[in-house]
Amino acid sequence: MATIDLTACRMRDALRARNLSAVEAAGACLEAIDRLNPGIRAFLSTDAQGARRRAEEIDKRLDAGEDVGLLAGVPVAVKDNMCTDDGQPTSCASRILENWRAPYNAHVVERLLEEGAVIVGKTNMDEFAMGSSTENSGFEATRNPWDLDRVPGGSSGGSAAAVSARMVPMALGSDTGGSIRQPAALCGVVGLKPTYGRVSRYGLVAFASSLDQIGPFGRTVEDAALLLQATAGHDPRDSTSVPEADQPVPDYLAALDEPVAPLRIGVPKEFFGEGLDAEVEKIVRDALAVYAGLGAELVNIDLPHSTDYAIATYYIVATSEASSNLARYDGVHYGHRSSDHADMIDMYMRSREEGFGDEVKRRIMLGTYALSAGYYDAYYKKALQVRRLIRQDFDRAFEKVDCIMGPTSPTAAFRQGEKTDDPLTMYLSDVYTASCNLAAIAGVSIPCGFTEAGLPVGLQILSGVFTEERLLRIARMYERETDWPSRAPPVCGEAP
Amino acid sequence: MALSKDEVLKVGALSRIRLTDDEVERFAGQLSSILDYVDKLNELDTSGVEPLAHALPLHNVLREDEPRPGLDPQKAVGGAPESAGGFFRVPRVIDDGSSA
Repeated sequence: MATIDLTACRMRDALRARNLSAVEAAGACLEAIDRLNPGIRAFLSTDAQGARRRAEEIDKRLDAGEDVGLLAGVPVAVKDNMCTDDGQPTSCASRILENWRAPYNAHVVERLLEEGAVIVGKTNMDEFAMGSSTENSGFEATRNPWDLDRVPGGSSGGSAAAVSARMVPMALGSDTGGSIRQPAALCGVVGLKPTYGRVSRYGLVAFASSLDQIGPFGRTVEDAALLLQATAGHDPRDSTSVPEADQPVPDYLAALDEPVAPLRIGVPKEFFGEGLDAEVEKIVRDALAVYAGLGAELVNIDLPHSTDYAIATYYIVATSEASSNLARYDGVHYGHRSSDHADMIDMYMRSREEGFGDEVKRRIMLGTYALSAGYYDAYYKKALQVRRLIRQDFDRAFEKVDCIMGPTSPTAAFRQGEKTDDPLTMYLSDVYTASCNLAAIAGVSIPCGFTEAGLPVGLQILSGVFTEERLLRIARMYERETDWPSRAPPVCGEAP
Repeated sequence: MALSKDEVLKVGALSRIRLTDDEVERFAGQLSSILDYVDKLNELDTSGVEPLAHALPLHNVLREDEPRPGLDPQKAVGGAPESAGGFFRVPRVIDDGSSA
């Protein structure tokens, strides 16, 4: 088996057994990136020299018998909205931060380094994580490895595509309304959004602070569990990060293969309504049948506020928070300043005009409008009230069931350019994912089959706050019965 | 709810984003259709429902007020478009009075 075909966990085993060196692992990924990235464009930057240097150091430590950590020598990619002080830009795929270099590492980046990972590059995304196709990148659109004419999903489309095309065995993304799970589904990989507070956002460029969460991509459930293990835990620099005393980080890998029994699965009728592609529905229902075959009980439930109303709520809450968070890009502190301006205010206005793309402008303006005098009660307050109804729907559901399942996305990967002229249609790509962030619960998307056209379909599994250990075991039950992760996109070809 | 071009310009100014005539036209249509969609929320009776700004309980997080190293000032201004002596440089904000 070629090195890049190894999952992160098997790569880690080979590295520990010294059957594989960290230099070879990094080299294999860098070679795959050279070969595949020009077509897929998953990476905004790579650090070949830094990765090789670091891999050499890790090999020396492994040879000396040192414990180098959970990820010793495993190559990882990081979404470009996480700060790295390794000389690579942290641009959020925005012209306004083009070539900006962070003066410190994000908490998750520190954790990756402490656990021995080798960071090979930064991945493309929708600008400031605003989008569902990675077409809103200020630099270039990422392509879906299964069909280069189609989108990889977004906003973490670069990370999803990089893992799917086996350029790296795993990657970090961020999820504000579905930005890990939706691209995971469209690219045929596993993507997990942990509970709000499980992973520190220190050094994650803020989009919507009450919703943003960092999480792992891997080809298998086990790999997602490994990367979550490495990044979860308390960090005093993010005041929403939950203390270990309240929520200790469990061992996500120890009992991964133990099925959850009895298992009651909630199937909300709202996740199978109008707008769901018939082929996607059939594939997802087949996945539910696999669970039923394993003895799980399928329970019909109602989540009356968790689709259309959740999208409406999300686009008020997220844009309101974004309008405040993105005020910091003012041509003074970071990145781009317009060279042509009459006075201070004009400098702000021109710098932001030149630096932000259309979708970012739309969302800042929508949020500013929702928070402005006279509209606050009608929009922002109303959205927060519906947010409570959404949370209550989930609280009631989790009294009856252990988890909730449905499609991650209403369709498989759509064509490049198909939705770029109509923002609202694009927003509805997140119709099944946004409620999870509004309620702060955990959710994962796992591959569950392919359409006739050969496009991957994702099964979304949602579970209550801080139940990732059980959620991963539930996901693993299905994965053991099927073998989707062994399929590679045709573009990967035969590795030399 | 339809947004007029004047309203779009006003929101643009509040957002500190300069807009071209083309953008005003386009954003007026797009923002109006998004707001129409959001109006769905008015189908729901939320009287007496407490707003939920944060889905998990938030607490004040306090620590001892002990000195510790912060970000080096040169590093802190290192990503700025213009800086001098560890400070951010901005265009003149206060009129020097000569034109008064």
